[in-house]
Amino acid sequence: MNDDQTPVACHGATPASPSPIDAMLAFTNGLWKQNPVFVMVLGMCPTMAITNSVRNAIAMGLATTFVIASSDALISLIRKLVPKQVRIATFILIIATSVTIVDYLVKAISINVYKTLGPFIPLIVSNCLVLERPEAFASKNTVGKSLLDGLGMGLGFTFALTCLGTVREVLGAGTFLGFHVFGPNFEPWVLFLLPPGGFISLAMWLLTFTAWRQWSARRKLQREMAQTVPAVEVAL
Amino acid sequence: MNDSLGHIFIDALLINNFVLCVFLGMCSFLGLSSKFSTAWRMGLSVMFVITVSSVLAFGMNLILVHFHAEYLRIITYIVIIAATVQLTEMFIRKTSPALFRAMGVYLPLITTNCAVLAVPLFQTSRNYSFVQSVVFAIAASGGYTLAMVILSLLRERAELSDVPDLAQGTALTLILAAILSMAFMGFAGMGNGS
Repeated sequence: MNDDQTPVACHGATPASPSPIDAMLAFTNGLWKQNPVFVMVLGMCPTMAITNSVRNAIAMGLATTFVIASSDALISLIRKLVPKQVRIATFILIIATSVTIVDYLVKAISINVYKTLGPFIPLIVSNCLVLERPEAFASKNTVGKSLLDGLGMGLGFTFALTCLGTVREVLGAGTFLGFHVFGPNFEPWVLFLLPPGGFISLAMWLLTFTAWRQWSARRKLQREMAQTVPAVEVAL
Repeated sequence: MNDSLGHIFIDALLINNFVLCVFLGMCSFLGLSSKFSTAWRMGLSVMFVITVSSVLAFGMNLILVHFHAEYLRIITYIVIIAATVQLTEMFIRKTSPALFRAMGVYLPLITTNCAVLAVPLFQTSRNYSFVQSVVFAIAASGGYTLAMVILSLLRERAELSDVPDLAQGTALTLILAAILSMAFMGFAGMGNGS
């Protein structure tokens, strides 16, 4: 695999032969290395609109995970039958079908969650992340790997939403999943529940992740310089 | 709830601005707002697509309700939007090749802009009449264009200033958007008076 400096383009180079290590890579890639929100900055609308509480964030993340995984698997199944010119239209139709399923599923499971998520469940269709995965990965890889990639990306998305939701709920309402964290004397910082809080907390998370990545890259460089042997590039 | 046309217009344009208060169309808002010239072009083409697809979606929804096929709504709307984008692309290519070359790259992206899908969905769930939905579509897309243009001007300014290395890129844009969003919160009071 390429290193994490080239975020979007590196999936084309994945070798075609399936092996357990490749499958693991396809899964963990989305969780951390290519995290859809913190690294690729995709799917921003639900990321900021839904994350004013941890519960909503997790529900939205799981709904998106289902959509990505199922449409990835389906698209990979029919990837050799679809002509190149109409592939985007086909992808969108398949995605819209899985979103309709999720819409009714959420309504059946919990009507409260359905009411708070509101129009943002149908809007999963136009989440750029959901269209980007089939285009970049599923249309070139086997069904099993595409399913794993979809699951990894979806869970990475859920993880990022939960991070944001935690910051916003703890600071904005003083609670975590409904439990009080700071005791009765805490004055909630309501700004974090309002729209500007979404922008600010996402900006802070991005800064944290960039700082961490720069620090670890610098440390890696220092370690390689210290060894003085010619650096062995990890081949693809 | 006040459903007069003026109220719908001000509400969608300023009070519940699609980008800064409801978080719709974030990807293109963050991705295409680095230059003023591309920002207003993108805004205008989104405005056109939203208005046309909102009118078409209103008609299709009547047909769907008549046949009790509401579960097809999401699929129908996304097909309408994709078709409108395709039509716009062909129309612009035929009438003004120069404009087409200037915005060719951005046109297909409109299909995956959630602001475009949200307008038909909102007008259906709020039971707007035909005139109300047209006003709503124009105001919502106008709000999108407004936010896009303001942010692009801010970003052109921010490019000249000395920002720490760490905050370059998306983080800086998000902080600018946060300040802009706080400014738009000031409009919230306008909704309660009427």
